[in-house]
Amino acid sequence: MLKLEKLTKVYKTGDKALSDVDLEVPKGQVIALIGPSGAGKSTLIRCVNRLVTPTSGKAILDGVDITSLGAGGLRRERRRMGMIFQEYALVERLSVMENVLSGRLGYVGFWRSFLRKFPQSDVDEAYRLLDRVGLLHMADKRADELSGGQRQRVGIARALIQNPAVLLVDEPTASLDPKTSRQIMRLICELCEERGLAAIINIHDVNLAMMFVQRVVGLETGRIIFDGTPKQLTPDVLTSIYGEEDWEATIETVDDDDEEGET
Amino acid sequence: MPSKINANNVKTWQVRDRNGQLFRWALWMGAAILFYISWMRISDQTTWYFFFDAPRIAADIGGRAFPPRWEYIFSLGKPIWDTFNIATLGTIIALTIAVPVAFLAARNTSPKLPLHPIIVRLIPRFIHNFVKKVTGQDMVSVGIVRPLALLVIVSTRSINSLIWALLLVSIVGPGVFAGLLAISIRSIGFCAKLLYEAIEEIDEHQVEAVKATGASGWQVMVYGIVPQILPAFAGIAVFRWDINIRESTVLGLVGAGGIGLQLQGSLNILAWPQVSLILGVILIAVIIGEFISAKVRAAII
Repeated sequence: MLKLEKLTKVYKTGDKALSDVDLEVPKGQVIALIGPSGAGKSTLIRCVNRLVTPTSGKAILDGVDITSLGAGGLRRERRRMGMIFQEYALVERLSVMENVLSGRLGYVGFWRSFLRKFPQSDVDEAYRLLDRVGLLHMADKRADELSGGQRQRVGIARALIQNPAVLLVDEPTASLDPKTSRQIMRLICELCEERGLAAIINIHDVNLAMMFVQRVVGLETGRIIFDGTPKQLTPDVLTSIYGEEDWEATIETVDDDDEEGET
Repeated sequence: MPSKINANNVKTWQVRDRNGQLFRWALWMGAAILFYISWMRISDQTTWYFFFDAPRIAADIGGRAFPPRWEYIFSLGKPIWDTFNIATLGTIIALTIAVPVAFLAARNTSPKLPLHPIIVRLIPRFIHNFVKKVTGQDMVSVGIVRPLALLVIVSTRSINSLIWALLLVSIVGPGVFAGLLAISIRSIGFCAKLLYEAIEEIDEHQVEAVKATGASGWQVMVYGIVPQILPAFAGIAVFRWDINIRESTVLGLVGAGGIGLQLQGSLNILAWPQVSLILGVILIAVIIGEFISAKVRAAII
């Protein structure tokens, strides 16, 4: 279980990105974090794995306070938090396989990783995951030869091979077309269910979020101002998160009926 | 203000306002005057007789230099081989030093070792103030590593190979070794500067992603940074090698080995047919060097 207590981040410039955020994510729950640009969504998930150091407050994963860890402890805890990025953040000049295996870096010594001599069990798992995300045939391609949707699938495999307890997902679909977006969201949510993974998914597309998650959290100028089920997202709530706009069309339920296909 | 409202109440727009326009005009005027003064001075100090005589002299020397003394080529094999070796080994030595220096000099990889408080107190006030003014940070947080790495880069880069060779010939004695050291030292700063700029330009998202897996600092370097700078590194290496071939051909002029030694000797005894042959050999060597480096660069990019 992931628990945030009074998490606050003030940047050097004086911008208060997060103020006193309290949030609990039970094991296996997928939540969508929505809010306008600059609301602090990215900062929030980066504070959890300390790519951004919070100013005060705690982030507790299964009883371990991540904010108080030293370098070694932080590395060990980061292994339990898989991260998926908006622009995929694959190492472009490495192969798909190397990118997936880089998810095991926290478990493998320097020389083994330098020489690409990963344990056979890791290689097996990498093939299994590539097969699961439908990219087994791409294993030896270079990451920059792949399309957007394919890259994000590699990003997902890289996060999952860490064998994490929680997934931190930062705008997974912002660079993808609508159909691919749905496929990627569906894949992430299915995998979370298969493995009993908790996940925080930052997402701009409210409609897409409502299609796939059980719980939505709304962030506005660094504060949580909504926490509930997709059904509870009324036009009034969206107005308080994003500001005045006609929200009726956004929250119309859309049937999720498109075919699963190659991206 | 470029946008303003004129007498007829029409909103006009110009790139610069009147003062800006005048300032630029004055700048161009100043440059033109400076050019004229310099031109006059050069012209006053030129012995025009030699200038007008130059084509005749050049034709004369050209006539004596032709045909080249072909049989002399057999004594050029060893020197041109030395020249190639100076350039190649020099580049390799320079790169092995330049890589760590570049990582220490790049803002995003330089370790932030803070200064010891005692050292901080020993440094005079005005240096603190100067650093603060230049970097906008106080000296303690700037640290010591990056400035030192930059010092290595600037000091090796600012002195020409020929001058390094001149110094080193008097230190280690004349010969190939002095030339090798001269080329290596001069290349450190060049390679490290280009490489650290490449390191600073990498995509930080890729680094972030590797960090997020729980990778150690060295693993982040090998997986997140090195793949991104590898093309730049290869490009810099062949580019510097190409330059070094040209530079090592003249090192012999000051006694630091290579084909320049033969050139110097032939010039001294006015053996023009030998000089023309040596110049031809250098030309071919440089062309081969450029050909190889162009091929390698094309293969990388």
